[in-house]
Amino acid sequence: MGETIKDSDKAALDEIVQKYNHDKGAAIMILQQVQASFGYVSEDMLDYISKLTKVPASDLYGIATFYAQFRLEPVGDNFIQVCHGTACHLAGAEQLSEAIQNEIGIKSEGTSEDGKFTLEHVACLGCCSHGPVITFNGETYAKMTPEKVKKLVRQAGKSCQCGNAEGSVKEGCEANV
Amino acid sequence: MSSTGRTIVNVGLASCGIAAGAQKVYEAFKTALDGFEVQLTFSGCMGMCYKEPLVEIRNPDGTRHIYGKVQPAQVAQIVEEHIQKGNPVLDWIVYGDGIKTPDSDYIERQQRIILKNCGVINPEEIDSYLEVEGYQALKKALQSMTPEQVIDEISRSGLRGRGGAGFPTGTKWSFARKSPGKEKYVICNADEGDPGAFMDRSVLESNPHGVLEGMLLAGYAMGAENGYIYIRAEYPLAIKRLKIAIDQATEKGYIGNNILGSGFNFNIMIREGAGAFVCGEETALIASVEGKRGMPRIRPPFPAQSGVWGKPSSINNVETFANVPWIILNGADSFNRFGTESSKGTKVFALAGGIARGGLIEVPMGITINEIVHDIGGGLASGGKLKAVQTGGPSGGCIPAAMGDTPVDYESLKKIGAIMGSGGLLIMDESVCMVDVAKFFLNFTKEESCGKCTFCRVGTYQLLNILERITRGEGRPGDIELLEEMGEKIRAGALCGLGQTVPNPVLTTIKYFRSEYEAHINDKICPAKKCKELITYLVKADVCKGCGRCSKECPTGAISGEKKQAFVIDQEKCARCGLCVSVCKFKSIQVITGKGEGVTSNG
Repeated sequence: MGETIKDSDKAALDEIVQKYNHDKGAAIMILQQVQASFGYVSEDMLDYISKLTKVPASDLYGIATFYAQFRLEPVGDNFIQVCHGTACHLAGAEQLSEAIQNEIGIKSEGTSEDGKFTLEHVACLGCCSHGPVITFNGETYAKMTPEKVKKLVRQAGKSCQCGNAEGSVKEGCEANV
Repeated sequence: MSSTGRTIVNVGLASCGIAAGAQKVYEAFKTALDGFEVQLTFSGCMGMCYKEPLVEIRNPDGTRHIYGKVQPAQVAQIVEEHIQKGNPVLDWIVYGDGIKTPDSDYIERQQRIILKNCGVINPEEIDSYLEVEGYQALKKALQSMTPEQVIDEISRSGLRGRGGAGFPTGTKWSFARKSPGKEKYVICNADEGDPGAFMDRSVLESNPHGVLEGMLLAGYAMGAENGYIYIRAEYPLAIKRLKIAIDQATEKGYIGNNILGSGFNFNIMIREGAGAFVCGEETALIASVEGKRGMPRIRPPFPAQSGVWGKPSSINNVETFANVPWIILNGADSFNRFGTESSKGTKVFALAGGIARGGLIEVPMGITINEIVHDIGGGLASGGKLKAVQTGGPSGGCIPAAMGDTPVDYESLKKIGAIMGSGGLLIMDESVCMVDVAKFFLNFTKEESCGKCTFCRVGTYQLLNILERITRGEGRPGDIELLEEMGEKIRAGALCGLGQTVPNPVLTTIKYFRSEYEAHINDKICPAKKCKELITYLVKADVCKGCGRCSKECPTGAISGEKKQAFVIDQEKCARCGLCVSVCKFKSIQVITGKGEGVTSNG
């Protein structure tokens, strides 16, 4: 239990828990902070946090699965959220999701096999006048179309993992794509 | 903002503006104004979301002009013509002093109390708020009013909860004040889980101190020393600006101990929600603030008796708090001049969907749906006819166009099966399928049901199953009656407000659009041509130019043909995603409903 966590990660978790030591009912905040640092909250981490906080692991697991924000698996290199709020639904959010799924080869939400993309449906991003809206690696894109979203995905898919976010492949990196 | 004798350039940087590219416009002004005696600043949401990015120029004489849909490439010309030469570029102005534009009505027909400072002040500078009488209501209350007098003023104003249920705010505060115990809590509900609603986000991003001041006044009135703001994690900019506002207000002595030397202490903490619609319900919200799963519980005891940590707590919505400083400063009588007999004041609505002018509006209660849609919203974006207006989010109801004269107030909406809700107004044109809309909301509430009570957990699931069947073309006689019967039972039996209102979209769409359900069930057609299983895509051979674009984009490879000749869709392979319709430049793809009607296939 918890043994698969690296020492450096344990130190980071210790620090987060320590920070909320004096806060009553801090479990959600701790998990949020962990996710902000690691990108997800694994079951091993939940066990380890449980030992530190004395909050039963079942309670932590209950929280992590109850709230939509928490992920138990890491996300892909590119993280796409498609807003499925009412305004976005009426404006064609479903078509956007389908276009992305087709493009990255998944059936619903989740991460593509190559680990390059994670697609998530969210309830409402609050940009209802500009629907349909997506966020792509944290940046919000308004009035999206299936075509635009495909272009965005293709561009990101082509970019290598050498820190070049512009989509153009740097020389020598193509083999890694 | 008074005339300062120099030009001020103000870029709207709320989430909606940023999504439309306002940050780039701001940067472009920064570069273009280098060396000019011009103050560049930013604000939150100016309200005209449909014209984002928005840039306001305040002229040295105090007049102002707002430019809409500003692109970075236009910035140089605006600087040269307007700022250097003093000739506003009229073609790009959407609203301005002394100028009549097609958009003037959008602003002029509103009544701004809550949004008074939104799009005006810099939300990240407390001085900007102080310039517009910020924290003067708090000062007035602490120096010249007893807590009872504050409650009395709020009660006399007629202010009702803007989260949707409309409970009288003064009464709520008075319950919490009278509850025994020294430790009490003020909670600001900024969860705003309704898809289609963004009023609270805009207010928090644009006028965070207004909400804090309202909370402080509530704390003083009910004898609380601590406040929580429970806010959605999906609103990172609102959270950032709230944190800045709390820090600045603490530094200036408006938050903390012995506020303004009055002996009143009050601290405000932020709790980020983690994505659960049910947490907008107050007992679920309390559980979440305490760090637990957000499960509602049976009331009583009400939060006013036993809330966070078992202590008396009062939970109010963002917009409710934002009203409070204005009421204390201007008096209850000034406030209840606006509105109707039972619904006083104004209401902020998020106008979205198929509307021409979508954005954030504030109107006096009692205004009619038609006035909002046509006079303020400019009618339908498609130019088509209004079909329905959906109020109150997933737990609200669909109001048919024929009832457009319904006044917007708590009682009138309730009478026709809808609710005020938090203020999302979704405008739907003729292209919307009402059965699909009901299914959409049920799908949402099924996902969001916390699962604690059977009526909501199982009932919602069953309603959705039937709706799915109907939209698949497998509806059966008796389905409508079954939906109605189950809807009524869920309404009566569910534990919390979420569950009790889950059937509303189904019941109102059946009530007002029954023929659409019947068409799906009896004739297996979707009159709005939205339900996938009931429609067919066809290429109009006489219109198709044979460019092959649809074939290239089709994800299932269902479209084939020779260049410069009409293409054909293989109905077996077609996934009915509609991508071909959106990529075809010649409008040569038609959609028909009803199986077998003129369908051609090369499969």
